[in-house]
Amino acid sequence: MNIWSYIIKRLFLMVIVLFGVACIVFFIAHVIPADPVTALLGGNAPDEVIERMEEKLGYNRPLIVQFGDFMSGAVVGDFGESLRTNNPVIEDINTYFPATLELTIFAMLIAITLGLILGILSAVHRNKWIDHFSRIFSIIGVSMPVFWTGLLLLLLFYYKLDWLPGAGRLGFFTTPPEQITGMYLVDSLITGNWSAFKEALLHLLLPAFCLGYLATASIARTTRSSMLDVMKQEFITTAKAKGLSKRVVINRHALKNSLIPTVTIIGLTFGSLLEGAVLTETVFSIPGLGRYITAGLLALDYNSVMGGTLYIAFVYSLANLIVDILYAFLDPRMRT
Amino acid sequence: MAKKTAKAGWLELMKPYFEDMKHTLYLWRRNPLAIIGTVIIATFVFVAIFAPLLTPYNPNAQELEIKLQAPSWEHPFGTDQFGRDILARILYGSRIAMQIIIIVTLISGLLGVSVGIIAGYFGGALDDILMRVTDMFLAFPRLVLAMAFAAMLGPNLANMIIAISLVNWTPYARIARAEALREKGKPYVESIKSMGASNFRILFSHILPMSISPVLVQITLRMGTIIITAASLGFLGLGAQPPSPEWGVMVSDGRTFLIDQWWISTFPGIAIALIVLGFNLLGDGIRDMLDPRLRR
Repeated sequence: MNIWSYIIKRLFLMVIVLFGVACIVFFIAHVIPADPVTALLGGNAPDEVIERMEEKLGYNRPLIVQFGDFMSGAVVGDFGESLRTNNPVIEDINTYFPATLELTIFAMLIAITLGLILGILSAVHRNKWIDHFSRIFSIIGVSMPVFWTGLLLLLLFYYKLDWLPGAGRLGFFTTPPEQITGMYLVDSLITGNWSAFKEALLHLLLPAFCLGYLATASIARTTRSSMLDVMKQEFITTAKAKGLSKRVVINRHALKNSLIPTVTIIGLTFGSLLEGAVLTETVFSIPGLGRYITAGLLALDYNSVMGGTLYIAFVYSLANLIVDILYAFLDPRMRT
Repeated sequence: MAKKTAKAGWLELMKPYFEDMKHTLYLWRRNPLAIIGTVIIATFVFVAIFAPLLTPYNPNAQELEIKLQAPSWEHPFGTDQFGRDILARILYGSRIAMQIIIIVTLISGLLGVSVGIIAGYFGGALDDILMRVTDMFLAFPRLVLAMAFAAMLGPNLANMIIAISLVNWTPYARIARAEALREKGKPYVESIKSMGASNFRILFSHILPMSISPVLVQITLRMGTIIITAASLGFLGLGAQPPSPEWGVMVSDGRTFLIDQWWISTFPGIAIALIVLGFNLLGDGIRDMLDPRLRR
């Protein structure tokens, strides 16, 4: 099968899945809550307040009309107004999502670096101490709850040692860089605002490490096992027999061929990082999309919950799609 | 005499299974990490069963005179802002954790396996529909979807368990489907079909038992994740509610006192990390033991 028809097929599937995702989100926010308005206002609200709220939320209309409205809005990115912030939800998402994206990408870079190094080292020195260390280091990483690791890191590096800044994305007195992408690191680089860049970087270190550590394990283990598989093959023996140095054999022959499973795992990891970002943002008070959704859920802000959840699912599916396509490029056997 | 040979025959028949079990035990003994995992989980189960015998304190009894006390002989893990003994709360919290694991595993296992084997066995349009539904659930980051379900159902322990179950069945469905697909092509299924067995009978007394074991492995592997998800929901305020001694809730409780009374958040977190570590070590061990490349 040609790669383009594969991509078109995957895109088509993604549209179907996203439609279903929107149905689930609608179901969660409109069908599950037995009495959303009373839940929102409390039991003692006067009738006219309740009526006004129902009117505002559109809950007094038939379910099918609400559904049609939600769907036609969702297609163009209109999720209505947030009850909590009084802004259109899509504007809020535009403000909050870059922080999440920045955190996730930075954490991913940490995870990939750590994971690849540990994975390669433990494959090359199989069953030596470095292999055992990497195994234990990774398994502890997936076992610790992110929110707790975050708290401990804050306690140690911020409160006790005072080496790194604590909550937020920038110091209290630093003006954020001009908004271009919304990611402070990128924006301050573009505008050449070095003090803001340094601030943003320092603020990002703890949460990104905390989040990246979580994802290190799967990358390290996958790299290790696929490296070991490749190292057993005959072309490696040939390369060694030719008299190539160990470094060349590992870097040029083994590593390249063992990266395909690692690429997949890295893509899958993106999802768990998005998930972890919800918790990391809460612990480090980073104004990101995860925290926005959590606050919306706790305040029963239906519109922002629907918009935010749908948006996260969209980003997540997009990431999976990119991984699939990348995979198809790397491995022709997958294009079926 | 005849009885004895029958018995010997039975033993003879079972011999490969015993050999296999002995070999598994041998592999387990050679895997120190799996042993550590087993010990941790065994301790966890023990603590959950015998919690009231292991501590003299009531996990919810407030004694404001002794609030915020540092760890001491009397209160090994200290006390919290209401003077409750943290060790007692952690010990009782293990019961909640256990309850969550068991119920979530049962609901999501049942749901996942049913969807999976039905999709795999019947195939065609039904398979397509069921698998697209699975894809839809997989399109969300799991925690985010669980958060949404839990919040809209109303945050409490029971609803949190439902919410986690609703997002946790998808991997089981996928594995069960793959197994059922492989199983249904085998000649024995065809022969029972030709003998007139109903679909229901084939599905539940033949396909199900044959496809269950990979699912069981996956279920053990995922138990740690269930605990983490539950604790995360508790931490965010979308799961069990205070004063419940659920570990995530306890970590969240101690956040305000983190600087001076570090023990309130730290010890419940260690409990979570330890149990999840136990499940992960055990899961890794089971995976290694079942790996045919390592078996012989």
